[in-house]
Amino acid sequence: MELNKKLEILADAAKYDASCASSGAQRSDSRSGKGVGSTGGAGICHSYAPDGRCISLLKLLLTNSCIYDCHYCINRRSSNVRRAFFTADEVVKLTLDFYKRNYIEGLFLSSGIIRNADYTMEQVIAVAKTLRETHDFRGYIHLKTIPEASPELIEEAARYADRISINMELPTQKSLDLLAPEKNMARTKIAMGRIRQRLDDARAQKKDGNRKLRHATGQSTQVIVGADESTDADFLAGSDELYNSYKLKRVYYSAFSPIPEPSSILPLKAPPLIREHRLYQADWLMRFYGFKTQEILSPEQPFLDLELDPKLAWALRNRHDFPVNLQTAPKETLLRVPGLGVRNVARIIQIRRHTKIRLADLSRLRVSLSKVMPFLITADHNPSTLLLDSDRLRAKFAPKPQQLELFT
Amino acid sequence: MQSIDPGKNFQTWRQAAKKLITAAAAPEEIIWEKPDPQNLFHTSTLRSDTAEYSTFSVPKEFPQLAKSVACHQIEQRWALLYRILWRIVIGRERHLCSISSDPDIAKAHLLAKSVRREIHKMHAFVRFKLVDTDPETSRERYAAWFEPDHHIVEAATPFFRKRFANMDWSIFTPKGCAHWDGKTLRFSEGIPENPVEDPDALEAIWRTYYRSIFNPARLKVKAMTTEMPKRYWKNLPEADLIQELISESTTRVTHMMQEPLRPAKPAPKNKYLESLRQMSEAPPPEEPPSI
Repeated sequence: MELNKKLEILADAAKYDASCASSGAQRSDSRSGKGVGSTGGAGICHSYAPDGRCISLLKLLLTNSCIYDCHYCINRRSSNVRRAFFTADEVVKLTLDFYKRNYIEGLFLSSGIIRNADYTMEQVIAVAKTLRETHDFRGYIHLKTIPEASPELIEEAARYADRISINMELPTQKSLDLLAPEKNMARTKIAMGRIRQRLDDARAQKKDGNRKLRHATGQSTQVIVGADESTDADFLAGSDELYNSYKLKRVYYSAFSPIPEPSSILPLKAPPLIREHRLYQADWLMRFYGFKTQEILSPEQPFLDLELDPKLAWALRNRHDFPVNLQTAPKETLLRVPGLGVRNVARIIQIRRHTKIRLADLSRLRVSLSKVMPFLITADHNPSTLLLDSDRLRAKFAPKPQQLELFT
Repeated sequence: MQSIDPGKNFQTWRQAAKKLITAAAAPEEIIWEKPDPQNLFHTSTLRSDTAEYSTFSVPKEFPQLAKSVACHQIEQRWALLYRILWRIVIGRERHLCSISSDPDIAKAHLLAKSVRREIHKMHAFVRFKLVDTDPETSRERYAAWFEPDHHIVEAATPFFRKRFANMDWSIFTPKGCAHWDGKTLRFSEGIPENPVEDPDALEAIWRTYYRSIFNPARLKVKAMTTEMPKRYWKNLPEADLIQELISESTTRVTHMMQEPLRPAKPAPKNKYLESLRQMSEAPPPEEPPSI
């Protein structure tokens, strides 16, 4: 099979993985070496596809042959999709050729499971090893690992990669049993726990002066949204655990979207893109805004409001906490005001040390006045408590029906 | 009123501005422009008796902000920077840079932001083409064409030196060019037209990748154009595929939705799959670690 055809199949096979980060790696560049590459700055998105996703890494499967049968996946063994295999050298050459032309930040490599977990891992590692050792490649490498692979192989992958990941896929074992029968949540968590320890060890070693140590700096995962009956509360509780107990850098939420070769066990439906978006917003609130999962969702209300962003929805449920005084409220309180982001809160705290803040100041900070006004007291504004208490407040923010993004 | 030549970058402007502050020249008295040699009245009339400001310091936030603002394309940037500097030093507003909502600072932040954004976009959207390979050393030479709005070539190219230290390259732009030969990063005047029109041989396979990585079932055109504005498209070899990908997407998804559902195939005889089944039935060998 010619290379172009393989690329077509094996990039298509990889596109359902949403992870795209190319940031957070240790600082390194090509000046002291013989190859190409640099990492350690902000991630760079070299292109965007019309699906709105960034193209940062060359995202490939080594092969789309797979002995697993995950029903949301086009590459499962029951699918009749055409199969292809890359050789390690083909992937190495593609990565270097694209990288030198500044098309990509590096390589994201995954694979269908062939023979067994260890054999598959070895094939994936061989590519990364050749890039690093033979070509002194110093760009970004993200390797997908398999929970059942031997811990030594996963650690070897971590030494060549900047980031490694295992996909959680679904939030409960019940869903996995139905849709991804070969996958097991307990085994995945054990592997993630082990990876966390290795990452911590590597960080400690570097701190202790082993500056030459090359090691991945983080792990991430992906969950599929809308393939099973799990609620948003299930997803967020899962993410909360992953961030806290396993110190994941990112949880990616990927809306289950139609694939060719649909499974009889999981019929296709429109991808829940707004739901996916709201989950990312809620995830952000947990990581950067000090919200607890239970504040965002409750057992009585296990789904995010699709019409309003989760911070605004929280504020409308907790009106007794508002209005807050912009001049005096602590940082944690300001972070909870709808319409104020992390950056602007930091700026406001700086500004108010020197001067009184007025609405015009906020608008020069590019804050949406109509969004914050009901919730804030400024030097020249005191919101009507009547509005804050009334039903009209929600109506003010809810989108008009025609503005809803509908799948057609 | 006097005309003062800001020169071409932050360094030259800073030298001129230092002299003006030393002379306590008010912002309203200065027109930042290249002095017209025909105009007899442009000769400097700076006072030299103001020892008070002969040396002065500014908070470190100011040069940081000013370096970015200086790269912006608008003419008024020099006057804006001088007004801020004057307020900090002569007006004794030492904290001015911390007041992001001040009209002058807000404006400066806005300009700095678009400059930083374009530097980032240059790092993202420069597309190198292989020009030749040295037959003896096999060192490769690449070239790229980029069209920035702002004067960012000098600020943006050290990134490429770090990343591509071991290949030779030139980046040509109308606002200045940068050249790396493995030893020094050299800058030259801008040129009006793309000198590397011919496509690189790899572009065809890059376009295959772009076409294949797109998921037609989740069209989000606005999310794409926000991050990859159309004005960059003409120098991106993949961008002329966008229209076609968008227009085909509905049909592609309709086909998927109409495909017959595939039944699950039985598991092949495989020792590894068998071992997974056994593991799942047995209790997990160790507890997942807790916090």
